[in-house]
Amino acid sequence: MSAHPTGVFEPKVIAYVCNWCTYLGADLAGTSRLEYPANVRIVRLPCTGRIDFNLLIKGFEVGADAILVSGCHPGDCHYTSGNFHARRRWILFRQLLDTMGFDMNRIHFAWISAAEGKKFQHVLTDIVEQTRRMGPYAAYSKICEEVSC
Amino acid sequence: MLEQKLRQTCRELLANGTVKVIIGYGAAPAGQATRAVFITTPEGVEQLVWNDRCEANLVAYLKRPEVRALGKPAIVVKACDERALVVLQQEAQLERANVFVIGMACDGIGAPREAKCRSCEDQVPRFCDVVLGEVTKPADAASARWDELAEFMKKSPEERMAYWQQELARCVKCYACRQVCPLCYCQRCIVDKNRPTVISTSPSLKGNFAWHVTRAFHLAARCAGCDACTRACPVGINLRLLNQSMAKATEENFQCRPGTDPQAQPLIGNYATGDKEEFIR
Repeated sequence: MSAHPTGVFEPKVIAYVCNWCTYLGADLAGTSRLEYPANVRIVRLPCTGRIDFNLLIKGFEVGADAILVSGCHPGDCHYTSGNFHARRRWILFRQLLDTMGFDMNRIHFAWISAAEGKKFQHVLTDIVEQTRRMGPYAAYSKICEEVSC
Repeated sequence: MLEQKLRQTCRELLANGTVKVIIGYGAAPAGQATRAVFITTPEGVEQLVWNDRCEANLVAYLKRPEVRALGKPAIVVKACDERALVVLQQEAQLERANVFVIGMACDGIGAPREAKCRSCEDQVPRFCDVVLGEVTKPADAASARWDELAEFMKKSPEERMAYWQQELARCVKCYACRQVCPLCYCQRCIVDKNRPTVISTSPSLKGNFAWHVTRAFHLAARCAGCDACTRACPVGINLRLLNQSMAKATEENFQCRPGTDPQAQPLIGNYATGDKEEFIR
């Protein structure tokens, strides 16, 4: 959202990731010296099943240009079924965001395991590139600044 | 006459001690919607009415401790209200054997008939202890359940956001939508929690969006479509649209219509390994 000191738009991406897979995948990307854009802010949560949908709204509220939600592949959940529960909720939640008029190209979902440092790099690079092309997302954060009373 | 039959049924239920209280519709001044009445004596049943202004979903009263304290209730429901009752049953919020359910075959409520009634697909309740009356006025064949939503979804995302921005700007956070909802039964609602404050409490757009997203999503795959929230809204926000969008997604993705199968497990809180995931990388 914010203009980069150089005047070039640098997207802000918030990644809500699970502690057991995607966070470790991000770690692996780091220890393997894989380069990925610095535009991402990682928020680590215990499990994708624990990610409250209010957090996603909050992300847009505080000015995220894109959001990634990522966790363990189906069947790999540390808590056996958290990601299955999450998946079911996302199916419906995406529809609600769509009906409310959120830009669906700015919310991404992925399964990235602890061994997939490379996938983490690719997904993040891709999201940042795509968001950079789309430009800043101010529709919702602007609404949130206005006080109607 | 149906009203007489209803009164007779309720009189017997109270007289023979089957139930302690009847939760039904009582008369209101002309032009107004009927009001809930709580009848505890056989003589009191004369207050009961049945007409096209029996709009409220009385199931909402079953969650109230002061109503529960009255003893075993008999409740008058329409088919849409009954779906809410079934969801409560599925979620273990009520013991079905402890409620006597009087179903009314319904010709639709409101004058003119409400949108949900014009496209109603089941006018006769299915899981009641007794069903009174029969349908004399079938639903409008020309209107389908998702008409209004389909029309709305033709707008671009920007237009939809602008629409909600305009609508939700009027919300005064009275939470009437929550209070009338039979399925909003949390002891402590998330908006009443302030450590941390998840949803901004001021009636600004920020908090209003967060609240309405929360309300709609907490009812996802549960909402019975009784439209009580939409009727209760003092500023006329069309909450029905949000509920419908969730209902449609539930039917399309999970072939599930909330409240139509008392034996089914709640959709949210369970999962299937085969749930679709084409949107996940």
